[in-house]
Amino acid sequence: MDRRELLKMIAAATGAAFVGNPLAWPQDQPNRTPIAFSKEEVGLLNEVADTILPRTDTPGAKDANVGQIMAVLVTDCYRPDEQKVFRQGMAAIGQRSEAEFGKPFLLLDKPQRNGLLSALNQEAYRYNYEQEVKMWELARPGGMPGDTSPLPHYFTLFKQLTLYGFFTSSIGATQVLRYVAVPGRYDGEYPYKKGDKAWAT
Amino acid sequence: MLNNEYDAIVIGSGISGGWAAKELTERGLKVLMLERGRNIEHIKDYKNAHKEAWDYPHRDIPTQQMKLDYPVLRRDYPLNESTFGMWVNEKESPYTEDKRFDWYRGYHLGGRSLLWGRQSYRFNEEDFMANAKEGIAVDWPIRYEDLAPWYDYVERFAGISGNRDGLDVLPDGQFQPPIPLNCVEKDVAARLQKAFKGKRHLINGRSANMTQPKPEEGRANCQYRAKCWLGCPFGGYFSTQSSTLPAAMKTGNLTVRPFSIVSRVLYDKDKKRATGVEIIDAQTNQVIEYKSRIVFINASALNSAWVLMNSATDVWEGGLGSSSGELGHNVMDHHFQVGAAAEVEGYLDKYTYGRRPSGFYIPRFRNWQDDKRDYLRGFGYQGGAGRDGWRRNVAELGIGADLKDALSEPGNWSIGMTAFGEMLPYHENRVYLNRQVKDKWGLPVLAMDVEIKQNELAMRKDMKADAMEMFEAAGMKKVRGFDHEYYPGMGIHEMGTARMGRDPKTSVLNQHNQVWDAKNLFVTDGACMTSASCVNPSLTYMALTARAAAFAVEELKRGNL
Repeated sequence: MDRRELLKMIAAATGAAFVGNPLAWPQDQPNRTPIAFSKEEVGLLNEVADTILPRTDTPGAKDANVGQIMAVLVTDCYRPDEQKVFRQGMAAIGQRSEAEFGKPFLLLDKPQRNGLLSALNQEAYRYNYEQEVKMWELARPGGMPGDTSPLPHYFTLFKQLTLYGFFTSSIGATQVLRYVAVPGRYDGEYPYKKGDKAWAT
Repeated sequence: MLNNEYDAIVIGSGISGGWAAKELTERGLKVLMLERGRNIEHIKDYKNAHKEAWDYPHRDIPTQQMKLDYPVLRRDYPLNESTFGMWVNEKESPYTEDKRFDWYRGYHLGGRSLLWGRQSYRFNEEDFMANAKEGIAVDWPIRYEDLAPWYDYVERFAGISGNRDGLDVLPDGQFQPPIPLNCVEKDVAARLQKAFKGKRHLINGRSANMTQPKPEEGRANCQYRAKCWLGCPFGGYFSTQSSTLPAAMKTGNLTVRPFSIVSRVLYDKDKKRATGVEIIDAQTNQVIEYKSRIVFINASALNSAWVLMNSATDVWEGGLGSSSGELGHNVMDHHFQVGAAAEVEGYLDKYTYGRRPSGFYIPRFRNWQDDKRDYLRGFGYQGGAGRDGWRRNVAELGIGADLKDALSEPGNWSIGMTAFGEMLPYHENRVYLNRQVKDKWGLPVLAMDVEIKQNELAMRKDMKADAMEMFEAAGMKKVRGFDHEYYPGMGIHEMGTARMGRDPKTSVLNQHNQVWDAKNLFVTDGACMTSASCVNPSLTYMALTARAAAFAVEELKRGNL
């Protein structure tokens, strides 16, 4: 099959994706409940996420609106007990900010935000170690119904959601990482030099 | 009534059902293919085929509601947004577990041919003789030579990529060029050759993903998107929709009827023949009878047994094919979830391009030639090497720009593999009808009573230790073995519930996949397997189906059916 033939097939397939029987695949779209977070709360989540993955010479978490997907995942994919820890974490970050700097997190400057969340990150590692929480940052967000194994520190939840939300976003995957929708071939000895971006998937 | 008569009925539209329909229609038979679920049209209905992670409301993560609705599916990887709706609705179609059994079903046209792992290996000569040599269960009624030409035939048509490695343990086939190994895998392969003196081989995985197009079938080669499970709009891998169904449709002899749940095979006890099937329309609940001269049951191993157990119960309490006492027994799967992972030093000037739908394979070496272990049979490994991505653990980096920069670049290389082990056919491992529990259509459900035993448990020790030993020998670092929990069914390689044999007293099917008690009734999916080998079984179902279909048509012509 020559390249033009292939492109024709791609075009046909892409076009078909829009006219396909909406009942066929998937059978049902999973229900989306309205998110359980206010606009202000999503704003705070975006600021926390942007401290974890800030804009550098490439876009950061806020550019990808990671706060929004965090709110969606917590609302639909978290168990009630996970939601509770997450909620308590939001409050705790506010309280820590008031206690240490005398103002809300949103009014902190970048070094202050970074200092506060870096300290929480350290505490979270210690806490998770003591509670024997395993590998949580790398798991997919949301636990199994009925699973009673110890939950991680709330900051670990924030970090996990930030990493997952950012690197699965269009901006994270295509502007911070690299993504090719139709690679067309496999090269197992592809040249690499330090600084080249990682593949999103 | 005339409209309800066909030459042949095929129950099921998955890997083996598609082959049955193709072979029978191409030989001139008018065929009715019955599918219990909905229709899925090639390309047009692959709704998610071009979606990316960010196109899904939850970025492909299952919601709590999905987990609550799918208590079986959530036990393992298949529950996600991208393939949601492609697995059976567990509330409509429940089953019961005397022992835990993870049953992953695809109730739609194409069945699990749209959702399979695509690894395609031939059984070897020993696989067909081991039962007889070791006194296990019953002997296969066929040998490798009986199936070899049919392997050739199905490989050519399905499009199997692989290397010709010249190994007795894993016979070569009619392959397209292999999907490449990467630089790390090639070096590991060379080191294993040396360390184990040519007795252990790391080879290219053999996969039903094509590396060359088949324009005559309207199929392009694999595009390395690794989105097979979303339905491939290029036809890059073998499925009913991409391959056998178009061929069968082209003959003009095929009728496909979705939403058709076969409740029983109709049986004439005087003539000892199947006369057709009874179905329930899944949408209207209407009961309809279809008549035919022959019937192929390809409903997947456990459901094929279900159909037989629910048929001719006025003649045999245990159903059609139960006279041997073996129907529903000898359930097999491949046990896995055990192996090793390791870190790889170096190769930092190399990366990969493209997302490979396959990896490497290490064929069986235990209990092979002069190797002898304290258990029977063996196992093979499937694995791959690659550079870690953003999901890797970078605990020491904390948060901020350093973390982001680090995750924006690939990590080091790592390698991993999991073993797939042969499970012996035990008579007491069985499925049976649980008439206390009914599905949405009032039909009895299957009860599962299956476990792995001493032989498998002993094998698992080697499956882990050998993986670690090989990675150590190949110079890998921080080698760690794992043995995650395995429960029967997880391999999604159900087999054995209506086995082939040489004696009607001890087997359900003869050497041509005919039910001993109804010679115009054929079972050619995983149910027919007399033993499991350790290799992925679908290619063997294809070959057995094509062989049985050719035989069936010849017998029809001779007036023997």
